[in-house]
Amino acid sequence: MAKQILKVEHLEKSYRENHILHDINFSIDEGEVVALLGPSGSGKSTLIRCLNGLEPYQKGNVIFNGKPVVPTEKNWQKLRQQIGMVFQSYDLFPNLTVLDNILLGPVKVQHQSREAAKATAEKLLDQVGLREYENVYPRQLSGGQKQRIAIVRALALNPELMLFDEVTASLDPEMVRGVLNIISKLAQDSNMTMIVVTHEMNFAQQIADRVLFLEDGHILEQTDGTKFFVNPQTDRAKEFLESMDF
Amino acid sequence: MSSWQVIQQGLPLFEKGFGLTLWLSFVGIIGSIIVGLICSLLQYFQIPVLSRLASIYIEISRNTPLLVQLFFLYYAFPVFGFKLNAELCGIVGLIFLGGSYMAEGFNGGFDGVSKTQVETGKAIGLSRLQLARYVVFPQGFTLSVPALAANMIFLIKETSIFTVIAIPELTNTALDLIGMYYRSNEYLLMLVIGYAIILIPLSIILTILEKRVRYGTFGN
Repeated sequence: MAKQILKVEHLEKSYRENHILHDINFSIDEGEVVALLGPSGSGKSTLIRCLNGLEPYQKGNVIFNGKPVVPTEKNWQKLRQQIGMVFQSYDLFPNLTVLDNILLGPVKVQHQSREAAKATAEKLLDQVGLREYENVYPRQLSGGQKQRIAIVRALALNPELMLFDEVTASLDPEMVRGVLNIISKLAQDSNMTMIVVTHEMNFAQQIADRVLFLEDGHILEQTDGTKFFVNPQTDRAKEFLESMDF
Repeated sequence: MSSWQVIQQGLPLFEKGFGLTLWLSFVGIIGSIIVGLICSLLQYFQIPVLSRLASIYIEISRNTPLLVQLFFLYYAFPVFGFKLNAELCGIVGLIFLGGSYMAEGFNGGFDGVSKTQVETGKAIGLSRLQLARYVVFPQGFTLSVPALAANMIFLIKETSIFTVIAIPELTNTALDLIGMYYRSNEYLLMLVIGYAIILIPLSIILTILEKRVRYGTFGN
């Protein structure tokens, strides 16, 4: 049986009066790709942000590699090296070159030597086809290029789990494909464990081993990827899929 | 006496006043930046007690006129046994005023660094200190340059208030000369020119600097 990377038990999150996530339970095994789908405002992004401590939660447990996380900022800070995250807004650091953006984590957080980290970074840059951009500043890149660099920056820490939060949502249509291909390749060739929030249904169908369908902060269904898109278990998911043209 | 003669007569004193205004401004601005930076860092890292004290200082400093601050330093402090000479009073007063403006300038810069930049930094495992050093401060300082530049100009102009505690800077010199020779047109003109000689070039330099460091131009 595959090793379990992450497990979420009875997670509850509220913000003031608003109850945002209700009794969230799921787990993800090594090498598995889970897609978080659901309408806007269903809590997908909030959930994925809870999984690396960017968003506090009130009840429940996150268990990483078999160990329950004691949710202090210090513990999360350590875990974030193992749980990489890429955001919709890519947010490369504008004050650093592409290479320095990528090396910041490995060199300053993980104390790797600059030479070793640079070798890894250049290999990753090759894989996303942006090796020749290592000395430019982010402002000179297109959105798609920035997002590919942001993925490399997260991968440079050699994480065990990757979280992708709507990473193509702010890209021009012609940039989307390139970024999605990189994520697909990461799943197939590197067997990376990942949780993906996306509105790209074709992509989700192609990549997801399992789908969690969220609405109003509840997981309405957890279904195998192949099954979900042909035969969703709930009417709500059926409606949702019908409303998406893909 | 012709206007030209009047001006020549005042020139030596004006030169002295000019030098003093420059010197007091320079020391005051450097001191203000240091005090402002310290206050801003205390607030950024939310150092207990000290950050609270910094906020109280900023409120007092920003909400009282320099004139009143100077009177307090010059006339009230000696009552408690601290006697400062006029120049020192001026410098301390200017730093007391400027420190809060500079602190707000730095704060504005740090606040201007977007929340998503901070989150991204956290997401690659940076500690609070590393986040400040590699992400927030480099961007924040750049963002605060326009505010700091405006504060510098403001502080230089505020030195004219030093005249009330009889520091012989530019304004005081002009008023003295007018009092001695009753030639207000010439000496007021010299006064305006004196400030313009300091402020216009500085303003141009600062504008160029602002353009060069503007956020988003990293890499040029």
